[in-house]
Amino acid sequence: MTALTQDQGTRVEAWDGFQGEAWRDTIDVRAFIQANYTPYTGDSSFLAGPTARTTALWDRLRAMFPVERERGIYDVDSHTPAGITAHAPGYIDREHELIVGLQTDAPLKRAIMPYGGWRLVAKSLEAYGVESDPRVAEIFTKYRKTHNDGVFDAYTPRIRAARAAGIITGLPDAYGRGRIIGDYRRVALYGVDRLIQAKYAEKAELDERWADEDTIRLREELAEQISALRELKEMAASYGYDISGPAGTAREAIQWLYFGYLAAVKEQNGAAMSLGRTSTFLDVYLERDLASGLHSEESAQELIDDFVIKLRIVRFLRTPEYDQLFSGDPTWVTESIGGMGEDGRTLVTRTSFRFLQTLYNLGPAPEPNLTVFWSARLPQGFKEFCAQVSIDTSSIQYESDELMRPKTGDDTAIACCVSAMTVGRQMQFFAARANLAKALLYAINGGRDETTGETVAEGFAPITAEYLDHAELDAALDRMMDWLAETYVHALNVIHYMHDKYAYERMEMALHDRDVERTLGCGIAGLAVAADSLSAAKYARVKVIRDETGLAVDYEIQGQYPAYGNNDERADAIAVGLVERFMTKVREYPAYRNARHTQSVLTITSNVVYGHLTGNTPDGRRAGQPFSPGANPMNGRDGHGLVAAAMSVAKLPYEQAEDGISLTATITPGGLGRTEADRVRNLAGILDGYVASGGFHMNVNVLDRATLEDAMEHPENYPQLTVRVSGYAVNFTRLTREQQLDVISRTFHESP
Amino acid sequence: MTDVPTHLPPMGAVNSWDLSTGVDGPGTRFVVFTQGCPLRCLYCSNPETWHMRGGFRCRADSLVAQARSYVPFIAAAGGGATVSGGEPLLQPRFVSALLHGFKSLGLHTALDTSGFLGARADDHLLAATDLVLLDLKSWDRSLYRRLTSVELDPTLTFARRLGKLGIPIHVRFVLVPGLTDDPANVDGVAAFTASLGSVERVDVLPLHKLALAKYEKLGIPYPVADTPTPSREQVDDVRERFAAVGLNVV
Repeated sequence: MTALTQDQGTRVEAWDGFQGEAWRDTIDVRAFIQANYTPYTGDSSFLAGPTARTTALWDRLRAMFPVERERGIYDVDSHTPAGITAHAPGYIDREHELIVGLQTDAPLKRAIMPYGGWRLVAKSLEAYGVESDPRVAEIFTKYRKTHNDGVFDAYTPRIRAARAAGIITGLPDAYGRGRIIGDYRRVALYGVDRLIQAKYAEKAELDERWADEDTIRLREELAEQISALRELKEMAASYGYDISGPAGTAREAIQWLYFGYLAAVKEQNGAAMSLGRTSTFLDVYLERDLASGLHSEESAQELIDDFVIKLRIVRFLRTPEYDQLFSGDPTWVTESIGGMGEDGRTLVTRTSFRFLQTLYNLGPAPEPNLTVFWSARLPQGFKEFCAQVSIDTSSIQYESDELMRPKTGDDTAIACCVSAMTVGRQMQFFAARANLAKALLYAINGGRDETTGETVAEGFAPITAEYLDHAELDAALDRMMDWLAETYVHALNVIHYMHDKYAYERMEMALHDRDVERTLGCGIAGLAVAADSLSAAKYARVKVIRDETGLAVDYEIQGQYPAYGNNDERADAIAVGLVERFMTKVREYPAYRNARHTQSVLTITSNVVYGHLTGNTPDGRRAGQPFSPGANPMNGRDGHGLVAAAMSVAKLPYEQAEDGISLTATITPGGLGRTEADRVRNLAGILDGYVASGGFHMNVNVLDRATLEDAMEHPENYPQLTVRVSGYAVNFTRLTREQQLDVISRTFHESP
Repeated sequence: MTDVPTHLPPMGAVNSWDLSTGVDGPGTRFVVFTQGCPLRCLYCSNPETWHMRGGFRCRADSLVAQARSYVPFIAAAGGGATVSGGEPLLQPRFVSALLHGFKSLGLHTALDTSGFLGARADDHLLAATDLVLLDLKSWDRSLYRRLTSVELDPTLTFARRLGKLGIPIHVRFVLVPGLTDDPANVDGVAAFTASLGSVERVDVLPLHKLALAKYEKLGIPYPVADTPTPSREQVDDVRERFAAVGLNVV
């Protein structure tokens, strides 16, 4: 082992110059930030470009990407079940890395994480032509039960049927659930020893508590957390770092924080492994080092660039089907940037800019998933820089700071795409989504699936009228939503019970308070299809076409109906009603560990797969045709421009969809104005307007259709072309052809 | 002519309404496209708006009510409302009602016009007009007639009146190679524009042929189908000519 590295003398000096008291005796990173950060209200002119070292390091990795893209994976270690200390240290270019640490012993080499489920690991290896290690297979099929095994032991026939039919899909029952953000900043601010000590104290408080199931589980979890923290120290030591004490410099702060995150992604293949809200925290250290002359702007930026390079190469072994569902190879390393503090000061710092600057210094990329918390009160210089970066790279998403702050405070971060949570104090039980469009078809067909004719929901009578009657359809849908909500929450309780039992996120949870608030993040897909179908039944005439078994298989619309997405109250009210109703129904079924029910209107890119699984719908959508993503209006039905569509989406109540409401907007450059300065100002204006109207989330793509079409034909010319889909970004050339066509078919808001 | 009698609420022929950003005046705007136009410009990109009968009839106050729901958005985003067309001044009473209605919502208003029917815009209409987006298609009279099928002088008269009233103008000049690109023609437009006094900005718009599909759908010939779009250098040259007389050109 190499000698332990430290930038500055002893640990006692680590907190030199820091202000405030509240964070010293209790673990409270927010209090530290509030007492020490320096808001920045200027523009982007101070930023530095990439150093030669940064460019060389990134080029080394870029040379490996084509192979990875072609094979699906670059390399995999099929012999070593993942763990915090399972792999020897790995480097990209040891001499030239400022921040070190890889998930395995080599860059882009993936680990196997069998605790979620052996089957998924075996299937993934097989798909990439790698043989499973028989010894590992034996361990995880004979000696060690997995999360996936547990879930299927406790699923009911009804859940299995709903899952197989695709009315509930994407459930984290075979892989890690994710959407848990460890407060990785704690590692840097306090050092691991202090965190272990705090965990012991939390555990000791339970010693006199009666041994009911909750208490026993919690004690075991705290013990697991303490083991994870010890292993974290061990892993860092293998790289030559002693992280038992607090970080003394900016470089150490980034390194310590990254080690915390690295430990999490070494062990957990979560659906989303988000980073949290780190830029303003790190800015405190960078400001101190800049003031003392330890860093220049160039070297400060270099540290952030190096950190972001690491975040860009987080990899998980997943099946090609998973990648098809979610496009490319997503990890949702979401970093939340900006926003306003509760005291009215902006949380924007120079390092908020530096994170965005990585999109220039390293080129556009889908990860980390850079997420700006937008408020009309953000400094104008920051607003304009964000808009500029969006126009140049289409790599940022925006969420309303004004909606989140009152609920989860000013130390909120986004997990995955749109799920807001207070860092270190709140976690989510990820719950994928239920297919509302299919539920509507089940309502018509009395629980029979429109594609197979098989009965999935038992005990419902079909609608038999020749023409759909809105009142009858609405009542039938209401009953079907009850069935769906019950089946759905039942499945989720099973999943999260088993995940806690067999694949507990000990590292991430070690970086939380003991008594976290848990939410059950439910979700809906197909909102626009369901709303438009109801609108068609109400405002036009919809004739039902049935097959010989009486199964409704198609619909003929006579006349016109108002479609969701045109700021037309008639249709929008239907969509609002569906969101409110499903939320109310979900809340009726108690959640595992007393989690608070929430829901999202978010599909990521699964709108394509959901569309595949769903037959013809009464809104005129054809069988197999993709749904619109997230809360978007159906492609092409929003005829009055982006703002009208955004206003419709903004009507969906955040109180009834606290896990987020996603809008993906694609605008051509000309659709924002004629000059660069106009475009920047106008895009910032649109975001101000959307947030002022109560909008929650907006993905902003500024792209020409022609660019995308050219990228389909000549992917080799667009290795870094990034597009925002629903809640995160993807590399366009890594999408399936069908997903590419779906993106291109979406409404482009252009100048007339 | 097409306006209804004055004792009834103003109604007009409308092609559509839309929300646009950065192209129909500053910021994000609620835009009403009126139906009907007396000009037949060779490069017209909205041929579907030529005939009054092509649109739908609509009360001014219902469009104003439609705009009302966007006021919070527009107030935050920056922008306003624009009446475009077609040629809005073909329906001055209706357009006046729209502009006054938008003003009453607190919105910044813009009128997008060729100026040919400027005489129909009375002072009451202009009192509710914060900005005029004025097409100055050519300085050469015969070329103007060839381009548009109507006379140039009414537009010049209207422009001078706007200048005298101090109403801000954004001049649009469409650069069509082989038609409007003659340096003498460009310099003539530039000198006149500079003389007006209230011109805040000049947009030099390179010819685009995005309307081709519309012409095909309508089954009418597209006169500029074979005209090349201008090069970057040509556009820059024309911009410089406007800038040379002290105008703010984009």
